[in-house]
Amino acid sequence: MEKKNNMPINNYILLSIALFCIGIVGVLTRRNAIIIFMCIELMLNAVNLLLVAFSKMHARAALLAGDVNGTAGTDGQLFVFFIMVVAAAEVSVGLAIIVMMYRNIHSVDVNFLNRLKH
Amino acid sequence: MQNALQIVYLIPLLPLIGFLINGLGRKYLPKPVIGVVGSGVILASFILSVWVFMQVKGMPVPYIASYFNFISVGDLKIPFAFQVDQLSSLFLLIITGVGFLIHVYSTSYMHEEKAEHFGRYFSYLNLFIFFMLLLVMGANYVIMFIGWEGVGLCSYLLIGYWFKKTEYNKAANKAFIMNRIGDLAFLIAIFWIISRVGNVNFSDVFAVANGEVEFRKFSATDITVITLLLFIGATGKSAQIPLYTWLPDAMAGPTPVSALIHAATMVTAGIYMIARSNVLYSMSHITMDIVAYTGLATALLAATIALKQNDIKKVLAYSTVSQLGFMFLALGTGAYVAAVFHVMTHAFFKALLFLGSGSVIHAMSGEQDIRNMGGLSKKLKITFWTFVIGCIAIAGIPPFSGFFSKDAILLSAFVKSPLLYGVALFTALLTAFYMFRLLFITFTGTFRGTHEQAHHLHESPAGMTLPLIILAILSIIGGFVGVPEVFMHGGDRLGQFLAPVIKPNEMHHVSHSTEYLLMGLSTALVLVMIAAAWFKFRNYQRKEETGFGKVLENKWYVDELYDKIIVQPLHQLGGFFKSVFEVSVIDTLVNGVGKAVNYGSRQLRLLQSGQVGSYVLLMVLSMIVIFAVQFFIRK
Repeated sequence: MEKKNNMPINNYILLSIALFCIGIVGVLTRRNAIIIFMCIELMLNAVNLLLVAFSKMHARAALLAGDVNGTAGTDGQLFVFFIMVVAAAEVSVGLAIIVMMYRNIHSVDVNFLNRLKH
Repeated sequence: MQNALQIVYLIPLLPLIGFLINGLGRKYLPKPVIGVVGSGVILASFILSVWVFMQVKGMPVPYIASYFNFISVGDLKIPFAFQVDQLSSLFLLIITGVGFLIHVYSTSYMHEEKAEHFGRYFSYLNLFIFFMLLLVMGANYVIMFIGWEGVGLCSYLLIGYWFKKTEYNKAANKAFIMNRIGDLAFLIAIFWIISRVGNVNFSDVFAVANGEVEFRKFSATDITVITLLLFIGATGKSAQIPLYTWLPDAMAGPTPVSALIHAATMVTAGIYMIARSNVLYSMSHITMDIVAYTGLATALLAATIALKQNDIKKVLAYSTVSQLGFMFLALGTGAYVAAVFHVMTHAFFKALLFLGSGSVIHAMSGEQDIRNMGGLSKKLKITFWTFVIGCIAIAGIPPFSGFFSKDAILLSAFVKSPLLYGVALFTALLTAFYMFRLLFITFTGTFRGTHEQAHHLHESPAGMTLPLIILAILSIIGGFVGVPEVFMHGGDRLGQFLAPVIKPNEMHHVSHSTEYLLMGLSTALVLVMIAAAWFKFRNYQRKEETGFGKVLENKWYVDELYDKIIVQPLHQLGGFFKSVFEVSVIDTLVNGVGKAVNYGSRQLRLLQSGQVGSYVLLMVLSMIVIFAVQFFIRK
């Protein structure tokens, strides 16, 4: 039990960075709008993971310092919920846009979306 | 009686009100109303001045009336305050008294003007008096400077009063620009004083100069620089070498304006300022010498020019420059009282002469060239006799006023050095000669003008002759306030009156016999000069000047010299900047900025490709840059 809780924070950070970078690379390299969308979600979740990890770390530190009823670290988890809500809203709007896009140009390739230039 | 000093602010305020009424109402008020308002406010100021004058007699310390804070910056506080003491009250009398007579004279002289211009004229005159009063009443250098600038402005407005003639506008510009040069020096002097004393009140500055203040002190250099700068200011306003050339050109204005500028106001400002700062000047021998020699040189130069002028007003103008030179000579030799005395007597006889010449010009229907006059004494009796009195007074024949003041100046020059005395005496003789030349050419002999002019010749109306008569009386008796000690013990009442402001001079007294000798000498020589002028000019016939006379007639070509060495190079510099510098440097710069922006935006436009991927890439790169910057800069 003790050991399980003692996983170093570095591991979480590295995992988050890895997820975030995968997300970025995906956004930059892929042309399929749905994949791009998934990559954005990946980045958001990388951030969520990090927030939760840090939150846990602070809560534990406070507990060890003797603060039994403390609320240390809970604000990080609050942010996670916010992000989830925003992501959900974003998904609904974004998927709607992609559907409309497909209806108009029969493709979900973002490179066809260059008419904004003109 | 105490309340005369409490309402002292009314003295300058009344002319200001007159200015506002006449200036704003010039289109609605009829001419008589304008004349009465314009002259009336000055008369009221004069009456108040007399009252104040009687109050300050024997007052040991100056009365200072402080009204509000004019400038308040940090530690520097400059109050709007008036200082009334013997010196300023004397000037108040001269300014308002002579000014009033000139106003009365103007109502007749200018009666042919349209009502609108008549109102403009009188509003300027009132404003002029207002600023001059401000100048002499200010309790510190800054208030004095306001008046100082104000009279410069008014002289510009009045010289260019007939603004439809380009030449007159040029004369007005010249006066203004010349004055500005001097004003700049005055301004620098004020800053210098502020940096050394911390404020500009006369009392504080003189206290520091006298070493009565513990922590602040003037060094010898400070005194020399300040006094020199103030003197440069005075050369502009009081028409001394090298800034004198505006004064003769100021004749472009109406004749009463010339009288006002030359007699009661404006040119006496420099004398007043130096007399006011006599504490400072007495401490710097270098400045005193410069003042004395500049004054003497100006007196001599102007007197020689006046010998050959043919415009009746030009002769008088150069004589003013010359007399101002005498006053500076007096200041430079430490005889401040003599200078103030000469200001006073000069105000009387110069106003008289100018107004007399105005009367002549009026009779001659605008003709100013004395070569076209002659024999006017028969037609213009009052003008002639008052003019004679003026000439005698300026020539310095006892017991007319000019004799006493000029004698005091000559005496102080003699005490300083016989050389100064010799040149000053020579100049005084020239003065007598050119004034009587003017008198004889104008009033004796036969009439040389056209028939039409001869037909029109008439004595001026009472509004013009009355001021002449009053001024003539003053020119005769004005000298008795300063009778030399040799004639009457305690005769120098002016010196005693001014003693609280100007410390009595402890110059070595010359023996009585020497003094009598000097007076006799100058009087005899002046009489010889008058006789010479009589024989030479009583039957004047027009002839061209040749040789040296031509140089004098052309005023030593000083105007041409200034034109060559200052005006022309400036014009050329301006031309260079216009045609070369502007085209090659300024235009290139301005157009270059435009072109660079044009080119830059053309390149930046390519960034907007429409590719979502490239936008995202840019976004990511920018974020990385921002993180990097934050990461490295924060630490």
